Amino acid sequence: MARETAFNIVLSVLLVAAPVATSLLGEPFYVTLATRIAILALAAVGLNMALGLGGLVSFGHAAFFGLGGYVAGILAVHAFNMEPMFAGIPGTKLMPVIWLVAIVACALLAFVIGAISLRTSGVYFIMITLAFAQMAFYFAISWPAYGGEDGLSFFVRNNFPGIDTLRPLSFLAICYGLLGLSLVFFHRLQHSRFGSALQAARQNETRLAAVGIRPFHVRLAAFVISAAVTGVAGALFADLNRFVSPSMLSWQMSGELIVLIILGGVGRLYGPVAGATLYVLLEFALGGITERWQFFLGLILLGVVLFARGGVIGVFAGRPRHG
Amino acid sequence: MRLLHVAGLQAAYGPTQALFGVDLDVGEGEVVALLGRNGMGKTTTIRAIFNLTTPVAGVLEFGGDDIFRAPPHVIARQGLGLVPEGRRCFPNLTVAENLLAAARPGRWDKAKVEGLFPRLAERGGQFARTLSGGEQQMLAIGRALTTNPTLLVLDEATEGLAPVVRQDIWRAIQTLKANGQSILVVDKTLSELLPVADRCVILENGRSVWTGRALDVDVAVRDRYLGV
Repeated sequence: MARETAFNIVLSVLLVAAPVATSLLGEPFYVTLATRIAILALAAVGLNMALGLGGLVSFGHAAFFGLGGYVAGILAVHAFNMEPMFAGIPGTKLMPVIWLVAIVACALLAFVIGAISLRTSGVYFIMITLAFAQMAFYFAISWPAYGGEDGLSFFVRNNFPGIDTLRPLSFLAICYGLLGLSLVFFHRLQHSRFGSALQAARQNETRLAAVGIRPFHVRLAAFVISAAVTGVAGALFADLNRFVSPSMLSWQMSGELIVLIILGGVGRLYGPVAGATLYVLLEFALGGITERWQFFLGLILLGVVLFARGGVIGVFAGRPRHG
Repeated sequence: MRLLHVAGLQAAYGPTQALFGVDLDVGEGEVVALLGRNGMGKTTTIRAIFNLTTPVAGVLEFGGDDIFRAPPHVIARQGLGLVPEGRRCFPNLTVAENLLAAARPGRWDKAKVEGLFPRLAERGGQFARTLSGGEQQMLAIGRALTTNPTLLVLDEATEGLAPVVRQDIWRAIQTLKANGQSILVVDKTLSELLPVADRCVILENGRSVWTGRALDVDVAVRDRYLGV
């Protein structure tokens, strides 16, 4: 456990120091890279609550990532054009409000999706979550009011009180702040009574029922929380690119989030962070050499699954927490 | 007061019927032993009470409430605490997490359980899967106690354990009994079980065939129903 903590600290320091240093050297591009890492990591921390702790292989978390993105985009566009949305409700460019709306919207959607799909398990759960995400994807494509297939652009990044979000380092700080909060939350959740019950449900649901806890409720709560966290990441992702498109809702996005977690280490606190770092750096490094960089990503993923089941963190810190 | 009331209980695994009529009562503060040779339906009876194996017919009441085919978590919440056969902890949770996961407020909490089984306090941060068989059994009992059950159900609590460890478990059961805990217990070690039990119910071929005081389980009864 101590080696894992050391690894986490080193990774945190690197993730903070590298973009600050490159920014001082006049290479702000790397700040964007780090921001991408932070946002993908945040999304994956959300998924890790369902997948890592609860064993719920959701192949539809892109629905929440995309919904968060569309919440940010739609609210921003309405605020920019100063036209109310529906029932006279105005848009907003305030990030905290946007996050709150994203959390509520994703929690509601996850409640519906979860209430239906958690009645199944295994491969059926994977397929039904995928089906819901695909529904969201095609809904976004066929909804011309907000860009349809072309997506939705907004020209100025949303605001955060007291911070100039247009400065790349400031926006990165916001993303890191939320990522940090999510990690603290994940840690507390994992070691709470609820977290124990959630992990117990993964290990044996009959045993959990026999001690008086209904696995379905525990899983549904975890699924909803998980979706809300991923939704906030989606809102940040929209702000990073100042653009939302249906690709955020695509099944490839869902797959990417799962890949991040497997690369980093399933169910581990820093698994999503390590995974996102590796993924974005590989995309950057290999993408410069060949267009077919995902072929090499596939090879690495194969290697991790075959030889390093605990992911990157497992390699550095030994035996996985969850066998 | 009567806690658990089972009458004419029948249960089946798919097309294969396993219980043909089990009658069994447990009163408050009472320790009742469920006896019988292998394959006579002891574990099936326990599983049917908890609806882990679906009961087909009969009466199942707990504290006056009908629990026939209620969902297992509802039955557990009514106050039935199961220690399943085979020391079933949650292997990938720590000892402490196992004791927290299902806890409900009441007399028993993590600290009290650690008082009963000091070994669990020493092993708090360890994963349940790394414990010895005896320690896992202590943990399974402890976990059931943290749900503060009105009736504790122990299925083969000492099976396959070293004699020294068995002694520890039996001592704990004695302590529980002395504290007024109602217990339904399945076990094969008559020499340890009979001194603890108030009453016995003996099963044969899925039916309860003998019910009486533990004192009355004499050589004749043993030879007739329990001998090999």
